[in-house]
Amino acid sequence: MTVLADQLKGGLEAPICLTWELTYACNLDCVHCLSSSGRRDPNELTTAEAKAVLDELAAMQVFYINIGGGEPMIRRDFFELIEYSIGLGIGVKFSTNGAFINAEKARQLAALDYLDIQISLDGTDAATNDHVRGTGSYDTAIAAMSHLRDAGFEDFKISVVVTRHNVDQLDEFKALADSFGATLRVTRLRPSGRGADSWHELHPTNAQQRQIYDWLLANGDNVLTGDSFFHLNALGEQPLPGLNLCGAGRVVCLIDPVGDVYACPFVIHDRFKAGSVREPRGFAGVWRESDLFVELREPQSAGACASCGSYDACQGGCMAAKFFTGLPLDGPDPECVGGEGEVELAKVQMSTVPRPSLDHSKPVRVAAPRVPVALTRR
Amino acid sequence: MLHRALRLDPQVALRDEPFGALAYHYGNRKLVFLRHPDVVEVVRSLDEHDCVADTLTACSIDERRWDAFETAIHSMYESEMLSDRAG
Ligand code: SF4
Ligand code: SF4
Repeated sequence: MTVLADQLKGGLEAPICLTWELTYACNLDCVHCLSSSGRRDPNELTTAEAKAVLDELAAMQVFYINIGGGEPMIRRDFFELIEYSIGLGIGVKFSTNGAFINAEKARQLAALDYLDIQISLDGTDAATNDHVRGTGSYDTAIAAMSHLRDAGFEDFKISVVVTRHNVDQLDEFKALADSFGATLRVTRLRPSGRGADSWHELHPTNAQQRQIYDWLLANGDNVLTGDSFFHLNALGEQPLPGLNLCGAGRVVCLIDPVGDVYACPFVIHDRFKAGSVREPRGFAGVWRESDLFVELREPQSAGACASCGSYDACQGGCMAAKFFTGLPLDGPDPECVGGEGEVELAKVQMSTVPRPSLDHSKPVRVAAPRVPVALTRR
Repeated sequence: MLHRALRLDPQVALRDEPFGALAYHYGNRKLVFLRHPDVVEVVRSLDEHDCVADTLTACSIDERRWDAFETAIHSMYESEMLSDRAG
């Protein structure tokens, strides 16, 4: 553990990595959606409220924000808000599935400074991608990338959640990114949102974790990871590039579409809700003083990991991954490369596993029965 | 490096933090940790002195620490956080 990491654990004046999900509305229905998005929340922050939050972030000297959703471009004031943010000196990185990037929007985006775009893609072929992101989503993403390239948008990002099914495609993802003059970003799958239900089927196997670690060591300098794979550091001497600590409430936080502030984008649950930007103390007050964030900045116990020689390197992994698989927070990650997580997972009673607190998924359409049900009266 | 005239690059923003400061470069999107208040003071005042050495003297940095400061300044220059100042 470096001195810097220790200092960061004590918290910062303002977050480094602030994610702001602008809306829960989404045109897609990905099986691993971390925010269980689908339908707009009627209580969404208004344009005026969103601008007031941006004013506050500017006063706190937040350097940039990560905008997500849902699909952020669904908001009618999307361009108004990102232009306002950039005008205040807050850079914008936003994640999109690309459905609303046509030739015209691509030119509009390319004209903005201090703007980064991440297009989500989870397979280098339609079958692999659409299995998790839905039919047609591969073609949509590729079309958006082509529009961005044609508009001269330099160095956008292709953002991949690594799963059991696409882990063999890492080289192909890199080649795809290179062919667009884009940068590849790969992140870890967490059992958050709808991912709570798909994680067991999708998360990489233990053998694949080694594969990811080796691939990142070989390619890591040219690939972004959001520092999300630090639990893999227990596999070897050489740590992956990055901060390598759980930043929840310390360097990371989430503002959700209705203004609630959570410790990180992957823990949308009451247990990790610190407050709301709508409170009189505002976002700055929540960030600096909320009971939850103060608690998360205290030294954390290593629990069952204390006897593990790799704890310094791995830090016990990801809090969200433990929480939504029903594991104690002061113990091994469910994907512990030493196999400790699997042992613990086997002991968990499914009925005790916390569920995400919010669900904005679109209602499941139940096909109407073709044969009229006979109503019998007795 | 000690005799060059440097400044904080105009595209860089500094934010004070308990451990020192964070520097963010809006052009290359790099984030750098300035891990001591003295480093922050030196970086902030580079502009007011003819060269790096003069700045260190003006900030009363003990000569035994100059090597460490030169290394830190060099790495900030490499990541374009600091740039040359004309004149
Ligand atoms: S036991 Fe804990 S510290 Fe050790 S490798 Fe597993 S998760 Fe990491
Ligand atoms: S809970 Fe997991 S995803 Fe969230 S900051 Fe910690 S390690 Fe990252």
